[in-house]
Amino acid sequence: MKLYLLFIVLLPFLGVLINGLLRNQLSKGLIGRIGSGVVIGSFILSILAFMEVRAGGSGVYKYFDFVNIGNLKIPFAFQIDQLSALFLLIVTGVGAVIHVYSTAYMHDENQDHFGRYFSYLNLFIFSMLMLVLADNLLVMYIGWEGVGICSYLLIGYWFKNTEFNKAASKAFIMNRIGDFAFLIAIFIIGGKIGSLSFSEIMTPAALAKLSYGEISAVALLLFFGATGKSAQIPLYTWLPDAMAGPTPVSALIHAATMVTAGVYMVARMNLMYSMVPEVLNVVAVVGLATALLAATIALKQNDIKKVLAYSTVSQLGFMFLALGSGAYIAAVFHVMTHAFFKALLFLGSGSVIHGLGGEQDIRKMGGLGKYMKTTDITFLIGCLAIAGFPLFSGFFSKDEILAAAWAHSPILWGIALFTALLTAIYMFRLYATTFKGRFRGTTEQESHLHESPKAITIPLIILAILSVIGGFVGIPAIMAEGAHGLQNFLSPVFAGSAPLLPAHEVSHSTEWILMGAATLVALIGIFYAWGKYAKNPDLEDARGFGKVLENKWYMDELYDTVVVTPYKKFGSFLKDVFDAKVVDGIVNGVGRLVKYGGRQMRWIQSGQIGSYVLLMVLSMLVIFVVQFFIRK
Amino acid sequence: MPINYYIVLALCLFTIGVVGVLTRRNAIVVFMSVELMLNSVNLLLVAFSKMHHAAKAATMASAGADGQIFVFFVMAVAAAEVSVGLAIIVMLYRNIHTVDINFLNRLKH
Repeated sequence: MKLYLLFIVLLPFLGVLINGLLRNQLSKGLIGRIGSGVVIGSFILSILAFMEVRAGGSGVYKYFDFVNIGNLKIPFAFQIDQLSALFLLIVTGVGAVIHVYSTAYMHDENQDHFGRYFSYLNLFIFSMLMLVLADNLLVMYIGWEGVGICSYLLIGYWFKNTEFNKAASKAFIMNRIGDFAFLIAIFIIGGKIGSLSFSEIMTPAALAKLSYGEISAVALLLFFGATGKSAQIPLYTWLPDAMAGPTPVSALIHAATMVTAGVYMVARMNLMYSMVPEVLNVVAVVGLATALLAATIALKQNDIKKVLAYSTVSQLGFMFLALGSGAYIAAVFHVMTHAFFKALLFLGSGSVIHGLGGEQDIRKMGGLGKYMKTTDITFLIGCLAIAGFPLFSGFFSKDEILAAAWAHSPILWGIALFTALLTAIYMFRLYATTFKGRFRGTTEQESHLHESPKAITIPLIILAILSVIGGFVGIPAIMAEGAHGLQNFLSPVFAGSAPLLPAHEVSHSTEWILMGAATLVALIGIFYAWGKYAKNPDLEDARGFGKVLENKWYMDELYDTVVVTPYKKFGSFLKDVFDAKVVDGIVNGVGRLVKYGGRQMRWIQSGQIGSYVLLMVLSMLVIFVVQFFIRK
Repeated sequence: MPINYYIVLALCLFTIGVVGVLTRRNAIVVFMSVELMLNSVNLLLVAFSKMHHAAKAATMASAGADGQIFVFFVMAVAAAEVSVGLAIIVMLYRNIHTVDINFLNRLKH
């Protein structure tokens, strides 16, 4: 097992080295095969590891002492348990599919950039695996920062475009703001408990060393770190801009894996969060607010990837709602299903963009179903899954989250249900305007329309199958008692926090009603959007409130006025006033003082013996006077 | 004679020496003035030595002797200093053909 884990992590890193260093020597086909091959290798090893965990093989494997200073000992160790095994499968599985997809999608790139792309992508998988396998907060932080830098590199992959570079910087800076809080939390935990290993800090005895306020502070700081990485209010605005990167990157990093790191982290620290219900409430409210806000914005976006990006933010909000309601398993379940259907949707949108030669505006699409059968059907499956159509994967996970929200507070449930309605509407608006109706692009584009190659459609089919059946690992108890495989599998991880959370028993009849309501809402949304957009998609510009939504509630403008502009002003104040006047003033002042002092003292060193003697005599007189009159 | 007379005399000599050093420009005269200051101090030393001897001779035969020993030291050092100083002045004269100290402000020839 120890070797499995090491190779799971090191294989992608090997890919980084080969593809990064030899990108000018190897052919594109070879680079693609190596890049995908190492991730598939990791995936196979992950399956083996997963099997061992199923058989009870959880454990912590230490490789070497990472930090060993005085009392502080931080080992470089990996932890494999049910939670990390599941994430291993998601990361390497979805990662492998997307790597294969990339070989076709990025085929028009020249060789140098192709190698660069795959080495970044491998580096991302490597970092993400470090993050989920980490046994302690420091190793997790390495992965946490690693995925951040890979996200930056891949968003700015087309670095000749200034806008894309700006988007990359925005993502990186907003992530850093969150990471700073994360780092402070690590310092507090390390300082107070004296260890960073999850197995040592996530015990009631260790957490008892912290006061209630300190636990709350640490939990809030970590959650703030998660809002940066997982794009929650207030740090969510980077994710829609991150769509500047290639579409497979959006699918892998900004939908399936990296953005769920925050959910993983909170789930990993579940014991601590369960001890502070107030913080859990904050998590739930922030998650729900993000879900609602992003869903409203998604209603009026016209860029196919922006819609999906806001939908991702919204679904992440759902996950945090689940975490905040204490339903950790539901959150992880939704991470899994979301990884399937959102990666599918992104890859589907990539297929569309590929077919249209780079067009992303849905107002210029339409009727694509005729030309791209596979993409059409798989995209529809993705939409049904995310909208919560019965028996699709999203249905089960979202239903579980809604049930948990109901148990926590019916108000949360109501808003969440409304958000689910919006989800169904904007997804089917997207689907209908893209694939139904008539084609609204140029005739030249129409003549080039074609189904994408196999390397693109096969990943779509795989993910579509997973999006359909992925939910059956979590069949709710009301349908079949004890059939919730995921719950049975994951419960050891969350065993410690279960007694701390208030017991919510929702009766079976209530749960059926909740499920019915969720289904009804999904169907209403689907039919409403279908009726409205399938025949005549709204091509006219949005007016009134729609305008506000199209402009994302003017959030970017708000941040610009409240944070960015004052910050820039402050920066230019420091540059023009503080630096020019104060800092330079001090530096030049020292020089001037020395010069002035020298000029004033120059007469002492005249070289005239007479003046030396005179000074000597006068000084002696002064000394005598002091001796006789003052000292006594 | 009271000690005050010696002190006043020594003070006068010392002041003459100081003023001589400060005002005269001829190196040799300056030198002489320095000697005058040294000798005024010598005078004070022997005067106090005598005074202390007179006060403590009954109990301590060697009382006041240290002052006189100091005088010898001063005289020996002064002699050495004069020889060096005069040598410098001679060299000075050979180089710049003057013994006016106001020309000695360059610390090189």
